[in-house]
Amino acid sequence: MSTVANHTPDIAIDVHGLSKSFGGREVVHDLSMQVRRGSIYGFLGPNGSGKTTTIRMLCGLLTPDSGNGTCLGYDIRRDADRIKRLVGYMTQRFSLYQDLSVRENLEFVARLYGMPDARGAAREMIARIGLSGREEQLAGNLSGGWKQRLALGACTLPNPKLLLLDEPTAGVDPKARRDFWNEIHTLAAEGLTVLVSTHYMDEAERCHEIAYIAYGHLLAHGTVEEVIAGSALSTYTVTGDDLNGLGDELAGKAGIDMVAPFGTSLHVSGRDKAALDATVAAYRGDPRWHWQDSEPSLEDVFIDLMGRSKDNFQG
Amino acid sequence: MSAIEAIHPAIETREPAFGFWRRSYAMLVKEFIQLRRDRVSFAMIVMIPVMQLLLFGYAINTTPRHLPTAVLIQEDSDLGRSILKAMENTAYFRFTREVHDVAEFDDLLKSGKVLFGVEIPRGFERAVRRGDKPALLVAADATDPIAAGSALGALGALVQTALEHDLHVGDPPDMPFEIRTHARYNPAAESRLNIVPGLVGTILTMTMLIFTALSVTREIERGTMESLLSMPIRPVEVMFGKIIPYVIVGFVQASLIVGIGVLLFGVPILGSVLLLAALTTLFITTNLSIGYTFSTIVQNQLQAMQLSMMFFLPSILLSGFMFPFAGMPVWAQYLGEGLPLTHYVRIVRAIMLKGAGVANLQYDAIALIVLMLVAMTIAVTRFRRTLD
Repeated sequence: MSTVANHTPDIAIDVHGLSKSFGGREVVHDLSMQVRRGSIYGFLGPNGSGKTTTIRMLCGLLTPDSGNGTCLGYDIRRDADRIKRLVGYMTQRFSLYQDLSVRENLEFVARLYGMPDARGAAREMIARIGLSGREEQLAGNLSGGWKQRLALGACTLPNPKLLLLDEPTAGVDPKARRDFWNEIHTLAAEGLTVLVSTHYMDEAERCHEIAYIAYGHLLAHGTVEEVIAGSALSTYTVTGDDLNGLGDELAGKAGIDMVAPFGTSLHVSGRDKAALDATVAAYRGDPRWHWQDSEPSLEDVFIDLMGRSKDNFQG
Repeated sequence: MSAIEAIHPAIETREPAFGFWRRSYAMLVKEFIQLRRDRVSFAMIVMIPVMQLLLFGYAINTTPRHLPTAVLIQEDSDLGRSILKAMENTAYFRFTREVHDVAEFDDLLKSGKVLFGVEIPRGFERAVRRGDKPALLVAADATDPIAAGSALGALGALVQTALEHDLHVGDPPDMPFEIRTHARYNPAAESRLNIVPGLVGTILTMTMLIFTALSVTREIERGTMESLLSMPIRPVEVMFGKIIPYVIVGFVQASLIVGIGVLLFGVPILGSVLLLAALTTLFITTNLSIGYTFSTIVQNQLQAMQLSMMFFLPSILLSGFMFPFAGMPVWAQYLGEGLPLTHYVRIVRAIMLKGAGVANLQYDAIALIVLMLVAMTIAVTRFRRTLD
């Protein structure tokens, strides 16, 4: 396979043309991506866009219908067993044993990977993830935030080279979310590669690189700045009275692709700058509103990408 | 809240008309939809009664006939032949083997290959003609009193039948020979001696199957399978890890049942306790492997329970635990040979009641090993290593 030969040591994930269908419905379509070693790669997209399926194909839990590639230099089709030894996968739904304690869960993982001192390794991990004092608590009785820390602890325990995190912060409070991301950055600084899927825009901005996937198609990738620049979207931020009325009026007009309220302001965006300006010109004179030329937010870009992809792929 | 009440003062809180029936109806519709989606449950609704009816109707026979019988003919005489013929005519006996010495008899009876042994002693006909009233020996495996009882009862009228045809000697107001029956192993025909050892196997089948039948589906239903599969563990390793703890559990359970059987019910252990322990462990492992195989086939825990039930039912009916094995039609006997309980019921009765040794039980022990290996092979190949 050419991909194995092309593999360079600083690329952790290198896959080409991955496709996967379930029951005749294509969930991932012709997906290619490269993730640099030691980077934090954000995987964004709406629910059901194929993020989980892609992650499962990377760690050997699903076999791609077509396409090929490598994960840490190993072929994702043939070397699933080797990849499993080097990859920590944190599932979207808590998938450790609810009826085992924190310590027992970690010792199980340590033994399964054949670590020489399973008890010691579990003890160290408990201290690292801040669960000291809760060792004997059953995993099922932990709160969402603690469960998530335990899951991260379990998948980093066997010293993996690559972490695949599937919506790790869903349903976790903001403080726990921040701590979690600090931990991810620490791990990346130690040389670990992290692929993390998320819905949160603020989390996307904490990634070195991001990829946006919708309806199984990878629509954009690069750094946050590159993705925003690549969107070619022009945005006005409007402040003033009766923004709801203005929004309803503008929606659907020529040159206006998206109108979205942001707190006390309104984002009005369009891909064709000239057409957008022509439509907006009629409202700019109105003293009730203040118009300001601004950068589109990442969310604007994604919603625009999603809207466009829906037109393209969903007919 | 007050705003809502102001708009709909009554509708929001008033009990709707026929509320009880509407809510019950809503629940009923939902249950029917779920039942329709669960194809396996639907199949069970049909399969379980049909299977029970067919097995009870066609396979089970409480007054069994054509029971396997061995003969030891020490002399070839017309009288001997007509006695055997008369025995076969009762339809209770079917001569399956001819042996050449008494030791062979004992082996066949101990291993359960025959239920009766008939011995026509040397010089029998001459002794009859001389009026010595010699004895014709019929030994029976009476561990199962039902199987042996009616056949032994039929022997009484046999002498007359045999005499009508062949014996033209003198005038026999009293019998010229006697049939001496020897009900071995359970001479008092106590059914508990037969039931208790069989129960060891029945209880183990039920509990062991369920332990492992739920094991893989539980991981899938609780979502832990996803984590497990992403870690470097192989199907055989998962299987051994899940079976071995229950071998110990099963062993404790078996000891408990056997212990109670001996202490409370006075069932003897005539054979080697060590052999019983070893073969019981084998039987436990076989059942656990079969349960584990079920668990790799079904979709959820309910289906696992249903499949175990489907397996348990014929095990009870066709194994010889409840009804005499030899009395079943041939097709049912073949089915029975495919069930571990059949072999274990023979083993446990033979060791406890007949004092059988390894040599008598080779066939059944090998059958258990084969069944275990087949189950394990299916389980390991069926185990899905991906979530595809």
